[in-house]
Amino acid sequence: MKVNDFSFLIGGEAGAGITRSGSLFAKACMRGGLHVFGTNDYQSLIRGGHNFYVGRVGTEAVYSQADRLNLLVALNAETVMLHKDELVSGGGIIFDEADVALAAQKLDRTDLRLYSVPLRKIVVDELKEPHNLIMRNTVALGAAIAVIDYDFGLLEEILNETFKKEVAELNVKAAQVGYRYARERFGNDFEYRLAKTSVAGRRLIYLSGNEAVGLGALKAGCTFYASYPMTPTTGLLHFMAENERDYGLIVLQPEGEIAAINMIAGVAFAGARAMAATSGGGFCLMSEGLGMAGMTETPIVVVVGQRPGPSTGLPTYSAQGDLRFVLHASQGEFPRVVIAPGDIEECFYETMWAFNWAEKYQLPVILLTDKYLAESEFSVEPFDADRVKVERGDLATGEYVDPDEYKKYRFTENGISPRMLPGTRGAVVRANADEHNEFGFTSENPEMTARMIDKRMWKLQYLAKELEERNIEAVKVYGPEEAMATIVSWGGTKGPIREAMRLLAAEGVIVNFLQLVYMLPFPAARLRKILEKSKKTIVVEHNSTSQLSGLIREHLLKDVDHRILKYDGRPFNPGFLAERIKEVL
Amino acid sequence: MVNLRDLGTTEVNDWCPGCGNFGILSAFKSALVELGLEREQVVIVSGIGCHGKMVNWVNVNGFHGIHGRPVPIAAGIKLANPDLRVVVFSGDADCYDEGWDHFCHAVRRNVDITVIVHDNMILGLTTGQATATSQVGFRSKSTPFGSVVPPLNPLAHAVVAGGSFVARGFAGDPKHLAQLMVAAVRHKGFSYIDVFQPCVTFNYLNTYEWFRQRVYKLEDAGHDASDRQKALEKCFEWGDRLPIGMFYREDRPTYRDNLPQVKDKNLAKLSLKNIDISSRMESMK
Repeated sequence: MKVNDFSFLIGGEAGAGITRSGSLFAKACMRGGLHVFGTNDYQSLIRGGHNFYVGRVGTEAVYSQADRLNLLVALNAETVMLHKDELVSGGGIIFDEADVALAAQKLDRTDLRLYSVPLRKIVVDELKEPHNLIMRNTVALGAAIAVIDYDFGLLEEILNETFKKEVAELNVKAAQVGYRYARERFGNDFEYRLAKTSVAGRRLIYLSGNEAVGLGALKAGCTFYASYPMTPTTGLLHFMAENERDYGLIVLQPEGEIAAINMIAGVAFAGARAMAATSGGGFCLMSEGLGMAGMTETPIVVVVGQRPGPSTGLPTYSAQGDLRFVLHASQGEFPRVVIAPGDIEECFYETMWAFNWAEKYQLPVILLTDKYLAESEFSVEPFDADRVKVERGDLATGEYVDPDEYKKYRFTENGISPRMLPGTRGAVVRANADEHNEFGFTSENPEMTARMIDKRMWKLQYLAKELEERNIEAVKVYGPEEAMATIVSWGGTKGPIREAMRLLAAEGVIVNFLQLVYMLPFPAARLRKILEKSKKTIVVEHNSTSQLSGLIREHLLKDVDHRILKYDGRPFNPGFLAERIKEVL
Repeated sequence: MVNLRDLGTTEVNDWCPGCGNFGILSAFKSALVELGLEREQVVIVSGIGCHGKMVNWVNVNGFHGIHGRPVPIAAGIKLANPDLRVVVFSGDADCYDEGWDHFCHAVRRNVDITVIVHDNMILGLTTGQATATSQVGFRSKSTPFGSVVPPLNPLAHAVVAGGSFVARGFAGDPKHLAQLMVAAVRHKGFSYIDVFQPCVTFNYLNTYEWFRQRVYKLEDAGHDASDRQKALEKCFEWGDRLPIGMFYREDRPTYRDNLPQVKDKNLAKLSLKNIDISSRMESMK
């Protein structure tokens, strides 16, 4: 019997409440003192198709899904056929015979346990909810709790907290019926179990990358959020909108991404913290606005959640193909910061840093996530909301009394001009997207042009220096210093890499992992130091051209030894990744 | 309170001699004086085109943005800091071509800003091409055989989209234009003035003379600006007689009025310390 090391998959048609069910089940696990990771896979459609939610449960922090499943909850026949081979030997399938008549022979798997639950019949006959067939998922959740011999009370607790009273009661009833049905018929023969631990209770939080970015933005004092919906950052729009009233912010869905970035530039010029989020396609439209923020030295934060391109690509899947794009987007040369959080904590803390850097250095900051990170859910310790303090840089309030006119673009040693906001008594604040002089008046003077370009670009060097001096983790290293190889990566691949390292370590294969958090300013010095000691370097990325390898070559004049690339829209599974790493060792 | 002298800048004006923009510039300065505002209370936002240079020549806060985008920039400024008076200067290409989608939605949204469009029916700064308001048959460098597309009727669009202040002025009558600007800035909501602005270098057709022969004032004609149907009729009056003045005006809540969470709040002046997210995290447990 195996306890508290468990993977599950809930699958069905779009509109069947798959993601919600997966989250509820995950939260019930978390409430029992366990760690959970959950990720959803869905297509760009509203009804039909195939959606699933994969969860992984363990007693220690879980960073990604596993390669194999222990339990499959199938709300349609397709789910069984598509995922049966991912089940471990002795794994189980909860299904409804009304959807699919399963027999061991037909499955070509004689090593599985088949748990037939009449989900549809229960909803229609027992719950008397013939028009509410979505309830099948809750019945199935109840049955799943019984099969894995888990604490039903935890699921009940979560259902009661999630739904309004009436809906909660109905869901609890549905789960109870499913639970009892499975208890009575299937006994105690399943070898994969979950059990409440000694640290059960309201301890961890369960949230997505999008929500973590949103929480970070709220804490950072972002009071204006403008976005046009686009997967995978739509969830962030929803999160900000939900919190609009409680946190006193304006959430505006404008006519498109161009309007969004120009609005937040206006807000930031006026002096409030503002953010927009999109994906690659929307970011294309934002490119001119990004350059304008760079030129006018306006502090904005833009979240880019990557999905596979080119063009519309695979709208609901994941990729890391936009690294070069966000580094170079928009015409001309101007400073920008690109931060790529790799896990849920970084989504929160780096968002807070993003606002600080934007204001302190008066430039645009891009938070680069991807669908896998933005929409996957993780159980983590509640964030330390005071770890990153609000820093607004040289921002003067009060009256301007200097006899000389205020210079928005005053030349200083580090390129950062003292900032005043429009409305300040005695000051005229003039931003200009044309090349300009210190007052913000248009200037086409050749000397002024070169000086202004230098002024703006200096800021990035000083920012890099500050990262260094304050020990901001622009680069992180996991694993022992002495290792057979160093894996180099960035962003959402972090979870599967850390899981793969666990698998490899269990086999005595020791690798370490260098994660780049800051892509710009590129932490070349720190990277060089670490890579000099490494026996072999393996870059892992979700793109076809290994954009990070190119950056390393550009900044370090050094080729990496191997590249493991995956660009089919789907995340790495840790076991698959571990095997690929072994192949190149 | 600001006086005319304070509103000038050190920058040398490089518009063509006789440009219609001068009328708009002088009208705006007089309007600011009449409004009795301080320099720091006003922000002007411009796009790209000859009009865009306004930011260099009026000594108030300014944001010289990019082509087609001054309206969303201005909306952002006003939504953040409602104490500022935000005035957009845009052009017919800036507003009705490149920025058309922003304009339509801004009208509908009714953010409390003023948009003044320098409508010379041609692209001036790119040396003379047709725009959305160029007349059929209009010859330009991009339409050497005459424009074949009927011009946009921006005023009618604004009325239909829910505009709460729709007006038209003439750069050749800066006194009248200044009065419209005063009313526009005082209006609570999205106020919009299309301004006939002769381009003396590239527009051979729509000249000062051409406009002077045609324009008449709606207020002199007894137009009722509270009547939407009548306003629309006036918007479609085009030919020998061209109405200027107030087409349509109504009071309706601004975008911000409908957001109780920011009532009486200036987002630009909030303390960012001690924001409590613990209850939000608690709900994620």
